[in-house]
Amino acid sequence: MSATGWIGKPVRRVEDARLLTGRGRYIDDHPPVANVHHAAIVRSPHAHARIRGYDLTAALAVDGVVGAITGEDVLRHTKPFGVGVTAPVHYYCAATDKARFVGEPVAVVVAKSRYVAEDAAELVRVSYEPLRAVVDPERALEPDAPVLHDAVGTNLAGHRRLVYGDPDRAFREADVVLEERFRFPKYGSTPIETYGVIATWDAFEGVCTVWSNFMGPFIMHPLTARVLGLPENQLRFIVPPDIGGSFGIKTSIYPYMALIALAARLCGVPVKWIEDRREHLLASSSGTDRVAYRELAAKKDGTILGMRFRWLDNVGGYIRSPEPGCSFRPTGNFVGPYRFQNLEVDASIVMTNKSLTGPNRGYACGHLYFESEGMIDRLADKVGLDPAEVRRRNLVPSDAFPYRTPTGGLYDSGDYQAAFDKALELAKYTELRREQARARAAGRYFGIGLALAVDPSVSNMGYVATALDPQFRAKPEYLPKSGAVDSATVKVDPLGRVIAILGTTPQGQGHQTIVSQIVADELGLTPEEITVVDEMDTFTRVWSISSGTYSSRFGSVGTSAVVLAARKLKGKLVEYGAHLLDVPKEQLTFRDGAIRPRTGKGPSYSIKDLAGRAHWNTESLPEGMEPGLQATAVFGFTVSKAVDAEDRVNSSNTYGFIAEVMAVEVDPETATIKILRYVTVHDAGTIINPMIAEGQIYGGALHGLGGALYEELAYDEDGQLLTGTFMDYLVPTASEAPTIDIAHVVSPSPLTPLGSKGLGESSSMTVPAVIANAVSDALAPLGIRITELPMTPTKLWKTIEQAGRSHAAPRAGHPRPEPNSGTPLR
Amino acid sequence: MPDAVTVRLTVNGVAREGRCEPRKLFVDFLREDLGLTGTHVGCEHGVCGACTILIDGEAARSCIMLAVQADGAEILTIEGLAQNGKLHPLQEAFREHHGLQCGFCTPGMLMTALDLLRTNPSPTEAEIREGISAVLCRCTGYHGIIRAVEAAARAMR
Repeated sequence: MSATGWIGKPVRRVEDARLLTGRGRYIDDHPPVANVHHAAIVRSPHAHARIRGYDLTAALAVDGVVGAITGEDVLRHTKPFGVGVTAPVHYYCAATDKARFVGEPVAVVVAKSRYVAEDAAELVRVSYEPLRAVVDPERALEPDAPVLHDAVGTNLAGHRRLVYGDPDRAFREADVVLEERFRFPKYGSTPIETYGVIATWDAFEGVCTVWSNFMGPFIMHPLTARVLGLPENQLRFIVPPDIGGSFGIKTSIYPYMALIALAARLCGVPVKWIEDRREHLLASSSGTDRVAYRELAAKKDGTILGMRFRWLDNVGGYIRSPEPGCSFRPTGNFVGPYRFQNLEVDASIVMTNKSLTGPNRGYACGHLYFESEGMIDRLADKVGLDPAEVRRRNLVPSDAFPYRTPTGGLYDSGDYQAAFDKALELAKYTELRREQARARAAGRYFGIGLALAVDPSVSNMGYVATALDPQFRAKPEYLPKSGAVDSATVKVDPLGRVIAILGTTPQGQGHQTIVSQIVADELGLTPEEITVVDEMDTFTRVWSISSGTYSSRFGSVGTSAVVLAARKLKGKLVEYGAHLLDVPKEQLTFRDGAIRPRTGKGPSYSIKDLAGRAHWNTESLPEGMEPGLQATAVFGFTVSKAVDAEDRVNSSNTYGFIAEVMAVEVDPETATIKILRYVTVHDAGTIINPMIAEGQIYGGALHGLGGALYEELAYDEDGQLLTGTFMDYLVPTASEAPTIDIAHVVSPSPLTPLGSKGLGESSSMTVPAVIANAVSDALAPLGIRITELPMTPTKLWKTIEQAGRSHAAPRAGHPRPEPNSGTPLR
Repeated sequence: MPDAVTVRLTVNGVAREGRCEPRKLFVDFLREDLGLTGTHVGCEHGVCGACTILIDGEAARSCIMLAVQADGAEILTIEGLAQNGKLHPLQEAFREHHGLQCGFCTPGMLMTALDLLRTNPSPTEAEIREGISAVLCRCTGYHGIIRAVEAAARAMR
């Protein structure tokens, strides 16, 4: 860490001045090209229907309409998107032959204003032949279920059985075997800014420029270029400086980028489309709903021997990349913080007539830990140990890092025991248990939940290939994938101003602030003296396939690129200063914005002075030094490798840790869940800005709580969305936000120059687990085990009512029913 | 298409005028016709609160009213909150307490908080929570916002 020490301080954000005064620049705020026209998208009202034809006559006759495109144009002028499985799923940017979910785009009308475009969109006639729909992933695999994709012949988009160690033996030799079925709901993060795209074609240069609030990964750039039939140097993606939240959701905007680009090309005008909220809830993106069958094998002392996961992940009407990341993103951390070696994963990727899925904050980890941590509590019950003690007995020990998991993950650093102890201590766990005993004696439903999680950051894009059979990956024509890189440029201009240029796509994470702290430390300046420009443009920024701001990557890989660039530049400045001062460079140091002798005695040169001389008088440079004061660095992790023949992959690059304790009380009359205490301890390595880090934790926790208690994209059996407005899709407000005690443990990563890891997804992945465990514990006297989210008052009340009829009121020392014998929450 | 009508109003202390269709939403009028893009559209059905502004001193959703309804009104938008290049105490407090991340709900949140503190200068934490429940934020978990409104209330008293 630098001597000047801006890193680690709660530096106020550079971004705030503009955002607080209404001067943010979001996609909807300014037309970047002249003559922008506006699109309205016609969407399928049917969950499943064959499209027989279109009639645009009335729509095109509306004054102000310049054109319209349909699925026929999409079929004629574009290719389907590449998908992450080998099944022949033809996913175009709009429906072509069939509509496969309510809200799927079928046509686009372009007009002089959005109002006129919407008028005309209502006049587009689409002839549908409705078909039977299926929305449940288990039902979708039954032989008589309607099949969505004739070319696939089944609704199974992909299936993998992954085996690590010897799970059969683990289950044979176990004293205890537990089974449970879980259901995880479909929810998104509904960023308050919806999707937005502006596209224009330069007919003479043949360049298509697309502005959008796309967050990456930029693997979607070549994917989209192929769809549009463009070489990659003729497709330009530009991201405005401000994005109004994303949380993974805006990864999945890219099909709209292709659709609006096509509309712009065929209608001959620049086209802008801003998604409305109803469109967002109907057809943007969400996490998958999952049915999970879990098995756990253990010794009677609580030692876990192995686990079996059987998953049905519902990806909706098509499989859209980067799915099936829903199953495989956590491959390296499937085992979480525990040291068992035997695991079997049976993952089915199922298509049904629901909207499409993709990354959503905590991508796949909310599901994983909800199930795993639920199973650990069942184990504790079964072997008669405290849930904290069972976890303790199974943790990866502190001296085992870097730790290679049986699934190929490489946990770079950590001290899980210390972080867990800290959480228990902060929560006053022992005292809480005594309080619980008193509450139960008084007939109250008081419960304590625990959840531990390995928090993966910076996805190694090679993990996606876990979805493919090893035989497929072994073919000579198969090209393996791996990597996680980011880049940055730092320069000093002729007047001595330091500018850092990034190619990331921040959505509120404060990249400008973080980078100003890092560069200030490296060059001995203050953060105010650093200008940070972060406007991604594929034509001007240094980028790669894995670029973007997703999978909690900036705090790890992005900051590392900045450090390397700043150090490169510093090296050059020192060399130049040494030349000017005629002293060995080892005798010089950077302090207070100047290069000076380490001894503190003798002349010095400020950065401004050096910049002036270097830029205005190149003769002053030492012989052989490249003119100009700038450095670009690309940082990549060498631990990012392609998935191996045994399906092992280090699916992320840095791995943090989360330990949580939550105490709740459930009112059996109203089924209201009151959070009494919530402690979360994080280990994300070096914390660059504790204020921003805390903000990520508060936000992530409330996302997790939304999914656990309120939010669901619910469908009826015919595939109609039941929660299509914010009156039905319930987002937590300030009144629902719990008080949170946050603490950190710091195990610096050996893989990044600052020792930092990612933190962006944080408690979104643990809250569903910790609150389900707390509510299960509270309702244990009634024999209730939570197996399904969200725990809405209606669902929970019904469960309590049912259970109440067969159980007496709680009393102290009430023996818990056998695991699996309780009433599941359905 | 119906004829355009003229809307005259005072925005942030300045007399403004624009012509639009009678059906034009007020938020679209502010953004498109008056160039005040600081007010954001988040749901267009009056729930998320991102578009909240003050009309004749009271908080209102600009996405569920028409521009013509604002004729003759006095409007305060986010662009009018800072005075003479100096941030309003609420803006200062949001900055100090990390009351914003992506900033998209922030204009609506600030106007809502302003309305709250004008009607209740010394709110309890519960009253702050309830008051700002009119605006959805997906980034902050509301923690920083609550602290900021508490701090602003102190500073403004």
